[in-house]
Amino acid sequence: MLGPNGAGKTTAIGIISSLVNKSAGEVEIFGHSIDNDLAAAKSCIGLVPQEINLNLWERVDNIVLNQAGYYGLGRKLARERSEKYLRELRLWDRRKDAARSLSGGMKRRLMIARALVHEPKLLILDEPTAGVDIEIRRSMWEFLTNINDAGTTIILTTHYLEEAESLCRRVAIIDGGQIIEDAPMSDVLRKLQYEVFVLSLAEPCNKPPGLTQFETTVRSNGDLEVVIGPGQSLNEMFAALTEQGIQVVSLRNKANRLEELFMRLVENKSDAEVGA
Amino acid sequence: MNLGLNAVAVATLVRKEVMRVLRIWVQTIVPPAITMTLYFIIFGNLIGSRIGMMDGYDYMSYIAPGLIMMSVITNSYGNVVSSFFGAKFGRHVEEMLVAPMSNAAIIIGHVAGGVLRGLFVGALVTAVALFFTRLHVQHPFITVSIVLLSAIVFSLAGFINAILAKKFDDISIVPTFVLTPLTYLGGVFYSISMLPEFWQNVSRANPILYMVNAFRYGILGTSDISIGTAYAILLVFIVLLFSVCLFMMNRGVGIRE
Repeated sequence: MLGPNGAGKTTAIGIISSLVNKSAGEVEIFGHSIDNDLAAAKSCIGLVPQEINLNLWERVDNIVLNQAGYYGLGRKLARERSEKYLRELRLWDRRKDAARSLSGGMKRRLMIARALVHEPKLLILDEPTAGVDIEIRRSMWEFLTNINDAGTTIILTTHYLEEAESLCRRVAIIDGGQIIEDAPMSDVLRKLQYEVFVLSLAEPCNKPPGLTQFETTVRSNGDLEVVIGPGQSLNEMFAALTEQGIQVVSLRNKANRLEELFMRLVENKSDAEVGA
Repeated sequence: MNLGLNAVAVATLVRKEVMRVLRIWVQTIVPPAITMTLYFIIFGNLIGSRIGMMDGYDYMSYIAPGLIMMSVITNSYGNVVSSFFGAKFGRHVEEMLVAPMSNAAIIIGHVAGGVLRGLFVGALVTAVALFFTRLHVQHPFITVSIVLLSAIVFSLAGFINAILAKKFDDISIVPTFVLTPLTYLGGVFYSISMLPEFWQNVSRANPILYMVNAFRYGILGTSDISIGTAYAILLVFIVLLFSVCLFMMNRGVGIRE
């Protein structure tokens, strides 16, 4: 679930997980309505909120054990699950420490262990990697991919569009409390009509090369930006550059493709609102 | 409602609450023991010896049941209000709110924690009292049942305070401006028969008077009020306060946006 700050991502998650009272609409989780089958609906969900909401004075293992108890798991099973997930999230060695002594990344991992202890069908993560360093973020991605492969559905909100593009099969873009796009990731990316590539050249450019069929811009460092529009291909671009005697050393996307699409959708919506 | 699930959830909450009380025993157990020891020394021993008899008992014996009840009331209330408000403030109340445990289970678990702390501190204060006076329990069932019901009432009241509190100041307002005056004026240190008739009638509007006197009746066999009335008041308060707690939890007052 993508959206700018204040778009309604956390509110939507709050409603799904019963932390926010809804004013309209219906929510069903695996067929269980939160209006008339709330306990069953809640049993299906594991929630990792955006803000740290741990009892910082409580021991790490007790936090996970208590959560298991709130879901009705007996003490023996709770201990087994607690050990399983604390080990998987590399917190087992810190199990007897108070949560306040953990680093920020560890606290986020503890919240994931807590959310998984009852092995929910649906895991909801609200910006799980915000403020987490790259190494931990990558290991969390790997962990989430593994539990997703094992059959757990994951709803993820994130500001890291790379995270969404690499982890998610389906994307919903939300703005102003409205879903403005909801489709498989591949379909969403396919909607992107053009891409901008940045080319590092063997000899930096001083002026735009005469590529008539492509829109180009020269950057201050001599790199060249080329827009590939609908119906155009990279092969055609390289052929045109070769014709001009320009040698390309490397190539990269100017911006994340999803980010471009996201910005365009949000901007289009704003324009439509202004027009209306 | 899934009874098995809720039974496990309540047991988990009670265990957590007891561990919390034991973890911070310097804040939860030691202060009431020290305070009550001072009461026994100053009011019971030093001043009490000059007061003489009260309702046919020496002053130390007379105030002992009231002081025990006072410690049960303040600790039951204080435990629930600080624990549940702390969970709200630290947002780990969400651990319970997202889980399938019922709102009744959340209330019962916290109230049980408050009752256990109240009874534990009450037992400790009784042990302290025995250093200063002899207590022969006249009516064991009344003694135990009154102290248990009173602890439930004040645990429920603490839960409501915690739900309504928005900042830490809000959890000390009721104990300071309501609970303490009602307790001191609830016949802990004197018999209301000493008061003019008008103030006797005013005192009868104070529910704590009934709890203190019923408990004193259980231990000493003397009371200013009818024991049946005390039971009725306690039961009405329990039903009323539990209903208010449940209503507020179901509505999400103070805990859900």
